[in-house]
Amino acid sequence: MAQQPAEAPLQTTPLHAAHIALGARMVPFAGYDMPVQYTEGVLKEHLWTREHAGIFDVSHMGQARLRGVNPLAAFEEVVPGDFINLKPGRQKYSVLLNRTGGIIDDLMAARPVTPEGTGDDGLFVVVNGACKENDFKVIAAELAGQVQIERLETRALIALQGPEAAAVFQHYAPQAAAMAFMDVRLMTAFGVDLIVSRSGYTGEDGYEISVPGAAADRVWNVLLSDPRVKPIGLGARDSLRLEAGLPLYGHDLDETTSPVEGDLAFAINKNRREQRDFPGAARIVKELAEGPPRVRVALKVLEGAPAREGAEIADASGKVIGVVTSGGFSPVLKCGIAIGFVAGVSPAVGDPLKVIVRGKPQAAEVVKAPFVPHRYVRKLA
Amino acid sequence: MELQPAYGKAPLMRFTKDHEWVEVDENGIATVGVTAYAAEQLGDVVFVETPDVGKTVKAGDGFAVVESVKAASDVYAPISGEVVEANAALGDAPETVNAAPEAAGWFAKVKLANPAEVDALMDRPAYEAYLQTL
Repeated sequence: MAQQPAEAPLQTTPLHAAHIALGARMVPFAGYDMPVQYTEGVLKEHLWTREHAGIFDVSHMGQARLRGVNPLAAFEEVVPGDFINLKPGRQKYSVLLNRTGGIIDDLMAARPVTPEGTGDDGLFVVVNGACKENDFKVIAAELAGQVQIERLETRALIALQGPEAAAVFQHYAPQAAAMAFMDVRLMTAFGVDLIVSRSGYTGEDGYEISVPGAAADRVWNVLLSDPRVKPIGLGARDSLRLEAGLPLYGHDLDETTSPVEGDLAFAINKNRREQRDFPGAARIVKELAEGPPRVRVALKVLEGAPAREGAEIADASGKVIGVVTSGGFSPVLKCGIAIGFVAGVSPAVGDPLKVIVRGKPQAAEVVKAPFVPHRYVRKLA
Repeated sequence: MELQPAYGKAPLMRFTKDHEWVEVDENGIATVGVTAYAAEQLGDVVFVETPDVGKTVKAGDGFAVVESVKAASDVYAPISGEVVEANAALGDAPETVNAAPEAAGWFAKVKLANPAEVDALMDRPAYEAYLQTL
């Protein structure tokens, strides 16, 4: 999508110097110079996040406020979710759709409020870094005259994820203890204003914390000073989200993929299905009723090498029926796992399939995503 | 007992710019693996695809594939010959490539077709000097 040309100078996040100081291996990602791993490496970082808490710099992602007379209603013109009924203090996953129902990007959109319920100010959206320029251009064009977009380009975004993430964060931000999964709050902690959601991209409990750029380094270092927290690079971020069965835009989803094909029908709310008033509604409603021509599946690779993006998927008879769109090694399951698309009838859990790795067919099995159970805190104790 | 190098001068281990090592025994059998530098760059190895025994390889051909959590990397044959043994232990313990890359983490043994190819490779001081340039 809006991938920057290779020759463009890389941008840096407010945490760039912190990554270098930690000995990170830096790589170009979404136009930014980003840490792919720190000194311990992807495998240990991955397992640390599953057992303790990992801190991630995701400041390359696009943050913005959409304001207007009725920004929630306006936003529904570009996404299939029910945003008119989004409650203050809640966040929702959605997809930005093109006119043919293809996914321009996937995103989170929220109504952050203070613990007292004040400060409700339009829609706070977070989109993928590689797509952000195009996303905001599309939203500006489609919703011209209805919403104003304030890009929050000076803010950093830090994710704290893992079973110990909540205890670590709540030590500095006790207000966050009252938040459940997908709650979002405005709060003051570390002496600065934060926009905090209880969500993430690892399948673990945790928070995503929008911080003023100038304070990012301090917040990062304070959280990192807790012995339960280690820095985690983009390499483990990818293997964690894969185990959690979460699609990655640009790999598992693109402008040709509908949310039905992408196994994201949960993001098309009932009232919107009935109203058929979102981009590509004709295609999407038809796919909901009759089944899509291809569908996203989760595969466990039962033998041999991990199947990676581009590996063909074949049925038991050897006929090629699809392709892996992201795949790798699961540090928790200690085997290959993959997300892919197969054409025709949606395969059932347990169906034996093949993945073709370097010309060799290897046994694989359709499984129910996630590969590793989510541990979101949906209800507070 | 005096160690007698089979080819060229001591040390016996030779290296390529692609970070493979070759060690030749007195019978002209070359053990092939990746260097400590390569293992460090690859990160945690989770799977190794070793070449089939009986396969004839040419120097520069694809020889093995090393997989980390993140990516698959090709390993090229540093020398030509017939594969006579693959390191079966890597099937259950691919992490040996990280733990002992220049010893127990070897990939395969090759019956040299052209011993002169070994002499053309770098010795350890030359390889270490090469690493300084990277």
